Parts: sequence; structure tokens; C-alpha cells
Amino acid sequence: MSTLTAERPTAELATRPKAPKRRLRGESKLHPLVWVFVIAVMGFSLIPFYWLVNTSLKKGASLSQGELFPSQPTLENYLVVFQNPEFLLALRNSVIIAVVTTTVALVFASFAAYALARLKMRRKAMILTLILSVTTFPAIAIAAPMFSIWREIGLYDTLLGLIIPKLTFALPLAIYTLTSFFKEIPRELEESAYMDGATPFVAFRKVILPLAVPGLATTAILVFISVWNEFLLAVTLTTSPEARPVPVAIAFFSGTSEFEQPLGTISAASVIITIPLVILVLLCQKRIVSGMTAGAVKG
Amino acid sequence: MAIKTIPPSRTSGRDRAERKLAFRMTAPSLVIMALVAAVPIGYAIWLSLNQYSVRTAGLSRFVGLDNYIAALTSNEWWAAFGQTFLFAGLSVSLELILGTAMALLLNLAFKGRSVLRTVVLLPYAIITVVSAITWQTMFQPNMGLVTNVLSTLGLPGGDVVWLGEHGYAMAVIVMADVWKTTPFAALIILAGLQVISAETYEAAELDGASKWQTFVNITLPLLRPAIVLAAIFRTMDALRVFDLPFVLTRGANGTESMSMLAYTQLRENRLVGEGSALSILTFLTVMVVSVIYVRFAGGNIRDVAKEEQ
Repeated sequence: MSTLTAERPTAELATRPKAPKRRLRGESKLHPLVWVFVIAVMGFSLIPFYWLVNTSLKKGASLSQGELFPSQPTLENYLVVFQNPEFLLALRNSVIIAVVTTTVALVFASFAAYALARLKMRRKAMILTLILSVTTFPAIAIAAPMFSIWREIGLYDTLLGLIIPKLTFALPLAIYTLTSFFKEIPRELEESAYMDGATPFVAFRKVILPLAVPGLATTAILVFISVWNEFLLAVTLTTSPEARPVPVAIAFFSGTSEFEQPLGTISAASVIITIPLVILVLLCQKRIVSGMTAGAVKG
Repeated sequence: MAIKTIPPSRTSGRDRAERKLAFRMTAPSLVIMALVAAVPIGYAIWLSLNQYSVRTAGLSRFVGLDNYIAALTSNEWWAAFGQTFLFAGLSVSLELILGTAMALLLNLAFKGRSVLRTVVLLPYAIITVVSAITWQTMFQPNMGLVTNVLSTLGLPGGDVVWLGEHGYAMAVIVMADVWKTTPFAALIILAGLQVISAETYEAAELDGASKWQTFVNITLPLLRPAIVLAAIFRTMDALRVFDLPFVLTRGANGTESMSMLAYTQLRENRLVGEGSALSILTFLTVMVVSVIYVRFAGGNIRDVAKEEQ
């Protein structure tokens, strides 16, 4: 995957060697006060992770005393989580929902984004504004009526009933990000395809799409993370463990009792579902950075 | 654009073909979004004009604007409205300040910059519900990291039930949001920072500007579009806040947001009409704010739209 990022300009936004003078301007050694800030930022970012893992390794008295290091670390919480059928179901549901939504969104969005990035089109600005405005819709405005509609037609508390509304929010995000990626592909490539007699659609499918694979992958990561993370639609439109995705399962895990929260188990479950995403960020951080900034700054 | 390089005689035929293709390629996405966004919102407006409860299954009665009047004259709505704006104001301003500082830091050349960038990005990977749980465990009385450290050091705050009091609970919710989403603001601002040319800085240096002068007179004004963009995205998100208060306090101690209030009426109290009216009010609030933003703060979005043409 990482080899594909190689020549894309946005992929290197934060590291590209352009303007080295400015970056090396002044000392390459940081002022001690700046180091203090660097360490503070790192601490702020990492300490919560430490505490989550720490909590997940504790049981009983060691948990309730809030030891800074677990004196008797135990994996018991993890065993409990993996033996919990509801958690496993939720994990399955989340995977299905995220994979299906991301795939479908990517297919439709790549068409739309290509048209918006490259083809002549009437009312392009209006369409883009409309698409952008969908991203600002509060999910509750969709969730409330969906709750009623789905109950009428039997999609309430089903995976499909979650995939459809999530797609509405995934589509504009994917279109917006992909549009900026398509714009970066040199136009000459299409021109030469046209010269060879290709129609615009063939040029798109045979020439542009293969070149856009890195952009598609980046968009897929961003959409996947956002669908995986989404909570409001998930909590409004499901009621049983059969359809609940992970965030909802975890949120209700925690609500059992005000006085005796199973914090150890909740933390273990949280660590389990965070690990894959952390790995994803570690492996694809350049792509995530390029995706997050491409849609926004480059329009 | 490159299309212009094609001789005019060939352009018109392909123009038509292109427009047709563009329409066909965009239509599926637009249809999906219309069906799943516009239709439900239309239906929500209809529901909000009715008294309809799941409890009284099927019994629906047209009541006009009664649900809206009830909402707009209730303390709950205005409390949720105020809390949501308080949350958005606090978290977005913190995120922009911290995000700008982080972006400046990430733009410096120093050993360990790539490590810093990865570390800063990690909270983005965590789902919001988990982030809420993490901050909840840190602020647990006696057993949380923060309460523990504060009381060990004899500092005030160690014996506070953080999530049990309005001000403190709000502070934890804001911190959790700042922790998770500052990387997003920082990256957008960093991208804006990297567009500023080295020559601009060299010119300033030649003119003998101090670092602070350069920052205030050159960096900040040139960064404005990126900062405004980050502000728009983050504000829209913050006004929709739901997960954080839902997990951290379940809306207790005056931390209920607009989305949460609508959810509570709909799901917990089973009042579909009232819940729909509240969700439409939330929707309108967010829309009004985004229009104000685009109108007064950001030429960016319009410029972007123009560029697309």
C-alpha cells in the first residue's frame, strides 16, 4: 500500500522537501521552551491511552485504588470481553456495516467525483454546494424520521437499516475527498486516451481509475473510520444486540450501574477495538494526513 | 483548463457527450442523498406538526406548530441550546489555538518531528465513544488518574466528583473533544502553513522583522483561510455533539446537547412529534450558523466553489 503513495504530491504534504530553506531557517535545534511544548503535546496525546490500557489490566482492589501501575496485571478483563457474545456480535456488525458502506460509497462517489473534477457540467458549483451542505446535516435530523420510517417498513433494527443512512453521510465525504484527488491526475493522460478514440467513460475507467487507486485507498480509510465511529444513527436505529455496532455495545456496557461500573471490562473492550485503528494510523498516517487535508484545503 | 487546447470544431460534440456523462455519473449519488436526506427531513417536518406517540401506536393528530411552541417556550430546549453553544465555543476556540500551535510545531525541522506527527494523530483513530470512556476513567473519583494525581499532590480538585457537577462535567467533555479532534484542526492549518512561500519569509527576514512580528503580520493573515476552514468544520461538528455527553454524563448536570434532547424525547420518552420538532430546530440552528459562517467569515468556500466551475 505504502509504495502507492510515492509520487503523489498531497501524500507528502507535511514532509515534501519543498522550501527547505524556510524549514531550516533558524536553528535546527529547538529552543528548550519549544521542547517543553513538544513533550506536553506528546503527553496530552498519549497519557489517556496509557490510562485506558492500565485500567484494562486491573481487577478488584487494584482497580478501585487507581494504581498508577497495575501491581498485579491481569488479562482477565480481555477474556471476559471475548467470551461476551454481544461484543462479538457487535464486532461482526461493525465490520459488515463499515465494509459495505465504504465499498458502496466509494463506487458511487468515484463516478460523481470524476464528473465534478473533470467533466464539463451544468450547475457544478450548485451541486458541490449541495453535497457539501449534506455533510453539515446534524444526524439527529435524519435519525428521527428514519426511526419512524424504518419501523413502518421493517428496516428498524437491521444492518441494512443502518447502512442506508450511514451511506448518506459517507457519500459527500467520499465525493469531496476524491474530487481533489482526481484533480491532481495530469489531464494529458485523458487527452491522449481521447486521441486514441476512447470515450470519456472509457478514459475514466481504463486510464484515470487505475491511477486514482492511492486516492481511492485514502478515501476508503477516511470513510471507514468515520462510519466505524458514527454513533447517533447507530443508537437511534437499533435496539437489539443482533444489529448493534461496536460503539453502541460499548456505550451500553458502561451504563449498567452508577456505583459499580465494570470499568475494567469496558476498558479492555475499548483497547481491543482501538488497536486495529491505531495500527491503521501508524501504517497509513501519510495517507490519512493527505486525505484529511486534500478535501479541505484544496477543495 | 486543458480542455481548451482542443480545436473548437471538435469541442462542441464532446461537450455534449461530456455533459451527458457527467449527469449520469453524478445522478446516483445525488439520488441516494436526496432519498436518504431530503425525504426524511421532509417527513420529519410533517411528523413535527403532529402529535404522535409510539405509545399510542398509530394515533396521530395534526397539531400545527404546537410542538415548536412547546419546545421554544421550554427551559429544556434553551438549556440544551445554551450548553451546545457553550461547548462549541469552548472546544472550537481551544482546538484552533492548540491546533495552530501544533501546526507551527509540526512545520519546524527537528529530530523527532515524524514521531510527533504520528503521536498527535493517534487520538483521531480512537472512536468517540471510547474517547469518552477513557476520559471518564481518568476522572473517576479516587481511582482516576487525574483525581489520583491531584489528591496525591495535595492540589485542589482531587476530591471533586468531576462528572457530578455542571462546570466540571462540561470541562471534561470539552477536554475529551479537544483531545480527539485537535489533530484535525492542526493538519488543516499545517496544510495552509505549507502553502506560504519561503520567499515571503525571506523578504520579512531581510526587512529585519522579529519572529513575533513575522508571525503576527505574515503567518497569521496568510493562515486565515485555513483557520476559518478548520473553524467551520469543527463548529458544525461541535453543534451536533452527541456521543460525548451521552457516554460521559447521559446528559445529567446540565450537559444535555440539542441532539441529545431530541434523542431523549424520541427514544426514551417516545414522543415522535416533539422529538421531530426538536431535531428540526437543531437542524435549523446548525444551518443558520453555517450560513453566517460562509457569509461573514469565509470567502473560502465560495472561492472553492467558483474554482470548480
